[in-house]
Amino acid sequence: MDNLDQIVSEAKAAFAAISDPDALEQVKARFLGKSGQITELLKGLGKLPPEEKKVAGAAINAAKTAVETALNERREAIRKAALAARLAEEALDVTLPGRAEARGGLHPVTRTLERIESLFASIGFEVADGPEIEEDFHNFTALNTPEDHPARSMHDTFYLQNPDGTLADKVLLRTHTSPIQARYMQAHVAKYGQLENMPEIRIIAPGRVYRVDSDATHSPMFHQVEGLWVGEGVSFADLKGVIADFLKSFFETDDLTVRFRPSFFPFTEPSAEIDVAFMSGALKGRWLEIAGCGMVHPNVLRIAGIDPEKYTGFAFGFGPDRLTMLRYGVNDLRLFFEGDLRFLRQFA
Amino acid sequence: MKFSESWLRTLVDPKLTSEELSHLLTMAGLEVEELDPVAPAFASVVVAQVLEVVKHPDADRLNVCQVDIGDGSPKQIVCGAPNVAAGLKVPCALPGAELPGDFKIKVAKVRGIESSGMLCSAKELGIAEEASGLLILPADAPVGQSIRQYLELDDHVFELKLTPNRADCLSLQGIAREVGAITGVATCLPVVAEVPASIADSRAVVLDAPAACPLYFGRIVKNVDANAPTPEWMKRRLERSGIRAISALVDITNYVMLELGQPLHAFDNTRLEGAVHARMAQPEEKLLLLNEQTIAVDADILVISDDAKALAMAGIMGGEESGITLATTELFLESAFFAPKAIAGRARRYGFGSDASHRFERGVDFGGTRAAIERATQLILDICGGQAGPVVEARAELPARTPVRLRTARAEKVLGLPLGAERIAALFKGLALSFTQQGDDFLVTPPSWRFDMEIEEDLIEEIARLYGYDNIPAPAPRGPLKMQVQPEARRPAYRVRQMLADRGYQEVVNFAFVETAWEADFAAKTAETELIRLANPIASQMAVMRSTLFGGLISNLQTNLKRKQNRVRLFEVGRTFHRDAAAAPVAGFHQPWKLAGLAFGSALPEGWASGARKVDFYDLKGDIEALLAPAVLRFEKLNHPALHPGRAASILLDGQEIGCLGELHPEWAQKYDLPQAPVLFELDFDAVKASLVPAYVEVSKFPPVIRDLAVVVDQQLALQALLDGLKASSPALVQDVQLFDVYVGKGVPENKKSLAFRIVMQDTQRTLQDSEVDAAMQQLIACLEQTFSAQLRA
Repeated sequence: MDNLDQIVSEAKAAFAAISDPDALEQVKARFLGKSGQITELLKGLGKLPPEEKKVAGAAINAAKTAVETALNERREAIRKAALAARLAEEALDVTLPGRAEARGGLHPVTRTLERIESLFASIGFEVADGPEIEEDFHNFTALNTPEDHPARSMHDTFYLQNPDGTLADKVLLRTHTSPIQARYMQAHVAKYGQLENMPEIRIIAPGRVYRVDSDATHSPMFHQVEGLWVGEGVSFADLKGVIADFLKSFFETDDLTVRFRPSFFPFTEPSAEIDVAFMSGALKGRWLEIAGCGMVHPNVLRIAGIDPEKYTGFAFGFGPDRLTMLRYGVNDLRLFFEGDLRFLRQFA
Repeated sequence: MKFSESWLRTLVDPKLTSEELSHLLTMAGLEVEELDPVAPAFASVVVAQVLEVVKHPDADRLNVCQVDIGDGSPKQIVCGAPNVAAGLKVPCALPGAELPGDFKIKVAKVRGIESSGMLCSAKELGIAEEASGLLILPADAPVGQSIRQYLELDDHVFELKLTPNRADCLSLQGIAREVGAITGVATCLPVVAEVPASIADSRAVVLDAPAACPLYFGRIVKNVDANAPTPEWMKRRLERSGIRAISALVDITNYVMLELGQPLHAFDNTRLEGAVHARMAQPEEKLLLLNEQTIAVDADILVISDDAKALAMAGIMGGEESGITLATTELFLESAFFAPKAIAGRARRYGFGSDASHRFERGVDFGGTRAAIERATQLILDICGGQAGPVVEARAELPARTPVRLRTARAEKVLGLPLGAERIAALFKGLALSFTQQGDDFLVTPPSWRFDMEIEEDLIEEIARLYGYDNIPAPAPRGPLKMQVQPEARRPAYRVRQMLADRGYQEVVNFAFVETAWEADFAAKTAETELIRLANPIASQMAVMRSTLFGGLISNLQTNLKRKQNRVRLFEVGRTFHRDAAAAPVAGFHQPWKLAGLAFGSALPEGWASGARKVDFYDLKGDIEALLAPAVLRFEKLNHPALHPGRAASILLDGQEIGCLGELHPEWAQKYDLPQAPVLFELDFDAVKASLVPAYVEVSKFPPVIRDLAVVVDQQLALQALLDGLKASSPALVQDVQLFDVYVGKGVPENKKSLAFRIVMQDTQRTLQDSEVDAAMQQLIACLEQTFSAQLRA
């Protein structure tokens, strides 16, 4: 049986010497093929007497298994080597930049407006919109600011010209988003006024507003967000609650203090100015004026057709440009309106 | 409103620091905008007298002075000031003093001569920006007294940003009253005694417009010395209130205005003829004002006149010709009440304002008109001498002070705060309001100095203010919960914006007012009937309202090219403005929301893997199609003033034009200095936000049959026409016709192009037979050949 051991070791040596899969199959034939050495030995078994046949057969089969195992191992080794070679060849420089389209981004103030809208939406405020070329009536008169009211000089208003060069005295560029509340209330009354219990008004109205003013902290066009909640039993305390909740949610911190101090707007009474102070960070401890607000003036409700005895409400106006500056640490308002990609991309 | 703290503290003196007082005022609605010390911190500076001045032996510009500092032993001080002279009284910083700017005074040798201190200028003390020499003190200044004490430098200037409703705080008396109310500290307001007449001279006063001027006091004062010096204390108070001292008579009227809130006017009595009238301006009346402006006085302007001529714009500004000068010896002094409605807005109309008009248009206390003329008379007699005539009074109907009802329950409802009548009564008492109580109701009679207490809410505001806004709770609000409908067929604006951002566009926000040239170039609007011009633009490049967003985007491109950004993709969402008589809600102005975009530079970000292909029409077309998908858009050739006529399209959705797309006209690319024409689009934002609620269509279980087809057609033939033709003649089993290749060149005749289509055929109910497919293809080919003279390509 030395012969068998020799065949097995010969086969192992022959397989090991080969690294090409086709050549391996040829070498396989030398041992396991139709006239391979092992096959021949098996064929010779028939000539042996039965008692020897059994012993010899077992030995030959063992040798065959050993050769087959060696063959399979070699096959696997060759396959793995080939795969490894292919993988090495296919390797990329994974540090090369990706082939994607560059992403743009939203304007930082848009980002802020979206956040404000969704915070207020979470407590049931709908978004309302209104025209930017506005009627003098809705911008001022409907908001309890008749002509010659000293409060009109608080707004430096842009007016329009008629085609013949004369002043168009009934229209202007809205100086605040408050006319949206006047319009919304009128529309609400037209829709529900006949009902005994009018549904609540809860709106938020963002938009561009215009004032004759231009320096590092003033832009002739800027943004405002108006908020309005009118219903039965809406109070000044509710206003304070909503604003405090909003500011903490917007800045995602409890680390700030909000204060309300008396102020004056013709369309609210009592009126308040809202200041916020952060307890940490670059602006730590400074009171920053952030919004105006108050209880909707009964005259404003009345002009809209709402009974101020039955319904009360509050309104507020935030400067989202200012909020954006505070949120992201921007120090110059004018950057928002220059369209400089190097600035804008930071908010993508 | 600016004032000195020490002046205020003579009227009310709460035990509070300046900062505490400032906080209190701010929280009561009188916002303190500035709080500044009159002088920086320093000590050991005293009033000194220069006794002797001798030239310094070794320095031309220095003097060696002997100075009396009040301790009995003259000090030797070297001084370089040009105005030093023996006998002068000046501030002297003693050794040990620390002056502003960390400047320590020591005994030291100056060019070999010992100097025990320093004589100071106002600048060195930090009380003036500039100084040309030593601060010369009055001859009666007490030597040895601390200069801080002598000049009252331990004082602060408060500047209040008053809201228009609080005109009552435009005086020291008013602020004192307010401080008294919020602190509970007793006030010590000026007590004004009547000054009896010592001469009989007087002038009649006639109220010709009693609604505009219902109260007028006038009095003659004779033999005054207009050149008398204004006392230092008065000058100091005026200057710390931001009013320049001019001459005694002017200073006195200003002083009384600051003290009591009543603007006064002094006429030169010798310029007046007959009676004094308060009347409305007469037609074509002109007036030369104190500011040297001659104005034509409108009919709704109240004037003060004599029997012959207009003298002054009442409550706004005096006239030049009747005004007082240093030569004046005879005054006619006016203290009057002018109704806010008669003054409001008038000064602004003429482009100026005055301290008087600022007060009168907000409301001046008509209960103090008489006191003011008495106070001013007394000060004039004290400072300028002279004799006063009797006060002539003319009176008509003064503003009513109707009692205002306040219901406790209403106040509690509006504030969301359980207050109780007792607490409200206490707050009203603190404000010194006169009221009567009927159960839980109060009837409050507003004082004559408050013009902002007309309705119940006004009183509720007062209650809240005194209670303290900070003390009102801030609970989480309660309200009915109602779900908000977000229509599924409408995409939120932010989602549309985000889609564009995801496709590489950066959002910008541009001004709505633009250059006139942009409207001409990008919208072909030049006629005044089309333009919407601002009446008061802040700059000529912001003169008209935009009717397209293109101008802003092109300007942004210029900005970014200057900053070496050579691949630019931008978008803006904003309103545009168009004259349209039928527009709503503002008649005459259509203001639709638009979404516009611009792309410039390479199609892909420059990099190792991208070619250098420039962005083109089809890149943006693809972006727009993706943005509006699943809606299917149509594009038609378009002539647009901003765009290349061969490379511009209008965009249609369901037959409606919703926008345009195209390459910037080469003429504008050149004019606006762009190295390459950007591609632009503008869409109706509402159309972009509109979407569809999906509707299910059955999906076929049977395999599709796909056949390709290539034809040669005229180069000018628009693909859309061909697709429309195919669609009209396709049998139902043709599901889709996709263009997959366009070829012009070798193998295709000149002026022709080859188009290759992939035809997808399918039936939902069965597998298609070859014969049906062949028949369908024949039908399509026939259509192409007959309608479009197409030739089948082999």
